[in-house]
Amino acid sequence: MAITATKGQVGLTGNAAVAYAMKQVNPDVFPAYPITPSTAIVEDFSSYVADGEVTTELITVESEHSAMSACIGASAAGARVMTATSSQGLALMWEMLYIASGMRLPIVLADVNRALSAPINIHCDHSDSMGARDSGWIQLYAETVQEAYDNTFMAVRIAEHAKVRLPAMVCFDGFITSHAIENISLLEDQEIQDFVGAYKAENPMLDTDNPVTYGAMTLPDAYIDFKYQQSQAMMRAKDAAVEVMKDFGKRFGREYGLFDTYRLEDADTAIVILNSAAGTTKVAIDELRKQGKKVGLLRPRLFRPFPWQEMVEALKNVKAVAVLDRADSMNAFGGPLFNEVRSALYDLDQRPKIFGRTYGLGGRDYKVKDAVAVFEELSRVVETGKVETLLKYITL
Amino acid sequence: MATLKELSKQQELLSGGHRLCAGCGIPPIVRLVLRAANGPVVATTSTGCLEVGTTIYPYTAWRIPWIHSAFENAAATISGIESAYRSLKKQGRLPGGDKDVKFVAFGGDGGTYDIGIQALSGALERGHNFLYVCYDNGAYMNTGIQRSSATPMLSNTTTSPAGKVIPGKQQWRKDLTRIVAAHNIPYAAQASPHNWSDLSKKAEKAMQVNGPAFMNVMSPCPLGWYTKSEDSIKWAKLSVDTCYWPLYEIEDGVLKITYKPKEKKPLAEWLKPQGRFKHLFKPENAHLLEEFQKRVDMEWQRLLDLDGKRL
Repeated sequence: MAITATKGQVGLTGNAAVAYAMKQVNPDVFPAYPITPSTAIVEDFSSYVADGEVTTELITVESEHSAMSACIGASAAGARVMTATSSQGLALMWEMLYIASGMRLPIVLADVNRALSAPINIHCDHSDSMGARDSGWIQLYAETVQEAYDNTFMAVRIAEHAKVRLPAMVCFDGFITSHAIENISLLEDQEIQDFVGAYKAENPMLDTDNPVTYGAMTLPDAYIDFKYQQSQAMMRAKDAAVEVMKDFGKRFGREYGLFDTYRLEDADTAIVILNSAAGTTKVAIDELRKQGKKVGLLRPRLFRPFPWQEMVEALKNVKAVAVLDRADSMNAFGGPLFNEVRSALYDLDQRPKIFGRTYGLGGRDYKVKDAVAVFEELSRVVETGKVETLLKYITL
Repeated sequence: MATLKELSKQQELLSGGHRLCAGCGIPPIVRLVLRAANGPVVATTSTGCLEVGTTIYPYTAWRIPWIHSAFENAAATISGIESAYRSLKKQGRLPGGDKDVKFVAFGGDGGTYDIGIQALSGALERGHNFLYVCYDNGAYMNTGIQRSSATPMLSNTTTSPAGKVIPGKQQWRKDLTRIVAAHNIPYAAQASPHNWSDLSKKAEKAMQVNGPAFMNVMSPCPLGWYTKSEDSIKWAKLSVDTCYWPLYEIEDGVLKITYKPKEKKPLAEWLKPQGRFKHLFKPENAHLLEEFQKRVDMEWQRLLDLDGKRL
């Protein structure tokens, strides 16, 4: 897609913006496989390769499993590597996601959030990336096209951070964000190159004078120690993310944090929700605020690692919280976001009341009225001091 | 090609002290193939005996850069490595400066004929510059002798047991070498470690071609064949002399048999010493042995008919 990079506003879909961000990063290797709704990313990137706008080697693999396998091979060889996928594609990569993180390879993947089969459905929910939440990948979520574009650069820096060295996933909503055109501000190629810096591989296999072995069989005398180191790296990823986001804000004037809040400071009740549905929720908040209701929002941006201490700090004065999940853990105990937020709040002496709602699976619309209804439920909880219904589906 | 004396003086790229079984066919195959690179070489291995036997942390038998990531993806992994090489080479960013590097993927028959065939087919079609070597010992030996699509017919394995009703594996093996050759790659061959000179020549050709190359190599397995460790090379030779495992190559589409036994030995001579075929030598199973011999004869004749021809 021919885009002229200017500092002015450009109307782009989420996919076009993320593909353009990847072009500006100019990775060394890009294994590509098409799947709705992320296909346009690999199409656009293929055009950048065909037109000689990048020095990247494109590998048009025969499956997503091979896409992530090729990412691992290329990254271990010493290349900066990026790819994109959705839904079943991410599910097919599942085995390899754990190997990428276990080998500490800073691969960056754009996941355009889409529901998982069955029944087959191409529309938005977060089942795919939530299914990969324990795979050892850093996960960044985005509300808008601008944020998806910006997160792509930040993901590179966080993943490659010397204290982290873990792969990172940039998640944004299928169709709602991937196919909707928004006016966004692009950065200059040189600004991006200065921000991400030259890639420094650790122990590259292509250094044939200093041979290294990757992926040795590891027995009980060593396995847990490797996993401990990986776990520590994920703990350090939070500070690295803060550092990278601050630097991004300083350079480009767009401020990002571990999560986004909206009118939360004095709120009595709040919704915690990921990605594009936060925009809809903000509209509901503005309407309710006009009626004098103290309502607010917290939208996690960094979901892996989970910045629980900071979230507790932000939510501790709220009287009741609703956590809305666009994925079901199928555990008969609520979605993943609900469970983690609820667990994070446990140690507070005065805990907010909390309930979980599952919404919008497979692209079902989440409307302003749905958010308003959740806030009404929250205010009843505040009035009665009781959570009548801990968990349920909405938008049915 | 190097003489045997010269080969014996070269540094081994797969060191001794690994944990593969005595009599395993894999180490001589790997050593001969890596020597043929004649320069920097990077390798990957699918999950299996070779990976387990050469790496238990903190040890490694590999004196070259080497990676194992999963079972079904050796060809996809090497695709990524080789693409990284091309990318960094053209950008002038290869670690240690510009050089020519060879790329080899090793997989067993389970990792190649079965679970890895999709990734292999994809990598062959894309035309990466690499050599894929399948060490074919005829079953999933690492997990305890389960049948694969490379397992010889009537073989007794733990998932195709010679039972009271069903006498071992019922199907003929998949002809992987021909399937690979159908991708119209520059070079594909079958080899056996008993014929080191034939194997080395093929490995050297395979390393030299521009594009994908494939070698399917007979790999005796004392554990799964129920044979004596010291006899492995003998049984590898008999697999070729009975024409069960013909040595041939397909170079730029032309098939050439590289070894024709002066005297074609009866199949039973190869089968009898192997415990996995013990049941075939019961009097009531004489017809099965006959059937097996007929199929080997037919396949050998089919190959003879193609000898010297463009496929």
